[in-house]
Amino acid sequence: MATAHAHDDHHDHAPGFVSRWLYSTNHKDIGTLYILFSLFAGIIGIGISLLMRIELQQPGMQIFADGQSWNAMVSAHGLIMVFFVIMPALIGGFGNWFVPIMIGAPDMAFPRLNNISFWLLVPAFLLLGGSMFVGQGAGAGWTIYPPLSDSQYQPGMSMDMALFALHLAGASSILGAANFITTILNMRAPGMTLHKMPLFVWSMLVTAFLLLLAVPVLGGAITMLITDRNFGTAFFRPEGGGDPVLFQHLFWFFGHPEVYIMILPAFGIVSHVVSTFSKKPVFGYLGMAYAMVAIGVVGFVVWAHHMYQSGMDVDTRAYFMAATMVIAVPTGVKIFSWIATMWGGSMRYDTPMLFAIGFIFLFTVGGVTGVVLANASITQILHNTYYVVAHFHYVLSLGAVFGIYCGIYYWIGKMSGRQYPEMLGKIHFWMTFIGVNLTFFPMHFLGNQGMPRRYPDYADAHAGWNLIASLGAYLSIASFVFFFFVMWVTFRRGAVAAANPWGEGATTLEWQVPSPPAFHTFEELPRIR
Amino acid sequence: MGMRLVKNGLGALAALAMTWAIMGAGMASETTTLGVPVPWGTGLQASGGPIKTAIHDFNEMVFWIIVAITIFVGVLLAWVMFRYSAKRNPVASQTSHHTGLEIAWTVIPVLILIVIAIPSFRLIYYQDRTQEADMTINVQGRQWYWNYAYPDHGGFNFDSRPIPTEDLKPGQLRNLAVDEPLVVPAGRNIRVISTGVDVIHSFFVPSLGVQRYSIPGRSIETWFRADSPGSYFGQCNQICGTNHWFMPIEVRAIPAAEFDAWVASARTRFAATMPASATPAVAAVAEAPISLAAIAAPLAR
Repeated sequence: MATAHAHDDHHDHAPGFVSRWLYSTNHKDIGTLYILFSLFAGIIGIGISLLMRIELQQPGMQIFADGQSWNAMVSAHGLIMVFFVIMPALIGGFGNWFVPIMIGAPDMAFPRLNNISFWLLVPAFLLLGGSMFVGQGAGAGWTIYPPLSDSQYQPGMSMDMALFALHLAGASSILGAANFITTILNMRAPGMTLHKMPLFVWSMLVTAFLLLLAVPVLGGAITMLITDRNFGTAFFRPEGGGDPVLFQHLFWFFGHPEVYIMILPAFGIVSHVVSTFSKKPVFGYLGMAYAMVAIGVVGFVVWAHHMYQSGMDVDTRAYFMAATMVIAVPTGVKIFSWIATMWGGSMRYDTPMLFAIGFIFLFTVGGVTGVVLANASITQILHNTYYVVAHFHYVLSLGAVFGIYCGIYYWIGKMSGRQYPEMLGKIHFWMTFIGVNLTFFPMHFLGNQGMPRRYPDYADAHAGWNLIASLGAYLSIASFVFFFFVMWVTFRRGAVAAANPWGEGATTLEWQVPSPPAFHTFEELPRIR
Repeated sequence: MGMRLVKNGLGALAALAMTWAIMGAGMASETTTLGVPVPWGTGLQASGGPIKTAIHDFNEMVFWIIVAITIFVGVLLAWVMFRYSAKRNPVASQTSHHTGLEIAWTVIPVLILIVIAIPSFRLIYYQDRTQEADMTINVQGRQWYWNYAYPDHGGFNFDSRPIPTEDLKPGQLRNLAVDEPLVVPAGRNIRVISTGVDVIHSFFVPSLGVQRYSIPGRSIETWFRADSPGSYFGQCNQICGTNHWFMPIEVRAIPAAEFDAWVASARTRFAATMPASATPAVAAVAEAPISLAAIAAPLAR
């Protein structure tokens, strides 16, 4: 280790601020940029949810002027959380940081492509953020279904800005995905076969393929929408022979794999954390890896379960229902394999492990409500209600976001060289855990009672559970603020992190290099037995 | 400190699971008031017709299955956290394979899903459309009100608009009450054909178990039946612009015997909306046999 530090000092021509952070080609620096970007976008996205919960705390219009400004905020919340918080943190952030290290590669395959992937996100975010303040805002939901998203119903520049934001974010994702696939397939250290690859790398490989195949379809759909809006085409305009439902098919052909894009990296992180803190190898490693592949493959043929009410033939609905239920099987394999990993282990309950266990349980809750919603028969009355909102926040807000927190606490010592204060981390976990459950569990009840989503005001009978959800949201938001405090303490006073703070359970390559790793992690390629 | 937190944590996890199980149990049951959401309601709205009743029965089965799975996973987690903590089990085993177990947790979920899927398939075909429709209603979502047409009864149609809060009369529900409800005879199968003119809306009445988008350029068929007279409320359920939250739906089921009288009065009130040629032909028979031309006429417009 000492020699590695010495190398650090002698051979690293650490660049100056501008060339290090603006022209960065180093996977770790770009990963850090992605994480910082995600946290910043998270402040905006969570800030919007605060406004939404204040509005919904009691019946009647409270703080929003009208439905359009509400719709614009709801849409922005969804798009920001998906494209600018979860994806940058899990894929750009942890993916960039740890995929090359875990496979023993010196860097990503295309460092400059990596740089442009990140810097495309910044203008994308500015366009989307700006769209909230231009004209009436882009208020068509994150699903941007035409005709509502067409120029007749969302006039002005704001919708175009949001669409261009999606184009840029999409280009960023596609380039990033190409980079990850190339890196993982070509740059593994000698001995690192595919079947020895850590599960986080497997999750990133599957995610990158999903991105590469799904995002171009979104790109095509929104390009047609842009030309419908601005250049007189009629792809989605019925009066010109176009079809609004075609957009729904294209959107969800992207949109459904997208939800797995958000959750698969979290699966990978949780696998590492569970194994580390149980001091056991992952149970059923191959099953775990191929369960993710199966989720990725089947995830491409279930998209129309988001469209049960749009008049598809009943046989088609029956097919999509069956295909959707199939996904529960590999997901179940993952849940049970995590529990089996813990079984017989010698478990420590540090903060990352608490987030991992919380993830497993809450993802199970979100998973079983997904099985309910897979049934077109029940979805006939739950479609677009708060039950759906509860379901996808259980898998994303409590799944993907728990995955992000899990990763941050697990790797913060590695990334920053400073370990977080354990006590504060645990307090953060419990605040978040209680807060998000209070927020989202009552939404199942609201959905059962028929409260539609994207409503700034609702029937008076829904007031009770909405109040509880709002109180829970305030606690969740307080926990997010507290998280920044924890990070501040970590950077100011955190204990210096050892190369491997977690002990024998932490077996992947990132724990063999110093914390933080040298600017160039591997001077010579490691050999994997 | 750490250990105490863990114990507290286990307790909290267990307490949370129990609370949910108890609160969740409510989700399987239904509330008793007809056709409206109720304060602090947890389960589905009370059933007002056969489709909703079928959904209830199916939902109840699925609900108990998912509760059992969630409790199973929760208990397993709590048990391993307790039994295999570093304190109780200082030396970790290194077992990482068990073929039998892996086959079991692949095959058993498949069997559970088959148990769920069979009744679910049956149900979606039942919900899809009715072979024996007694009458047809054309539903059209518009920014931001509904338009209902009665092609079998002379083809009159009318707009159904929400009542602003300041104009509510005592007993009318805020954000749910409308000026002209969709009136249907109770106990009769109603065929619904939804179309759109501007953006996509969704015709959604939870207590009757019916929902379909209303999409410009498309007509979508489904059906419902309200078993007993009463009001069944719903709301637009697809984001449709600034007043998406304020275009409620009220289906008022009246006794079949009174329906003819209502049709007669509606034909007078909305005479201006009737196509001239259709008036004499269907006037005599309130529940005329379904005429495809009559269905198609308003669609073609």
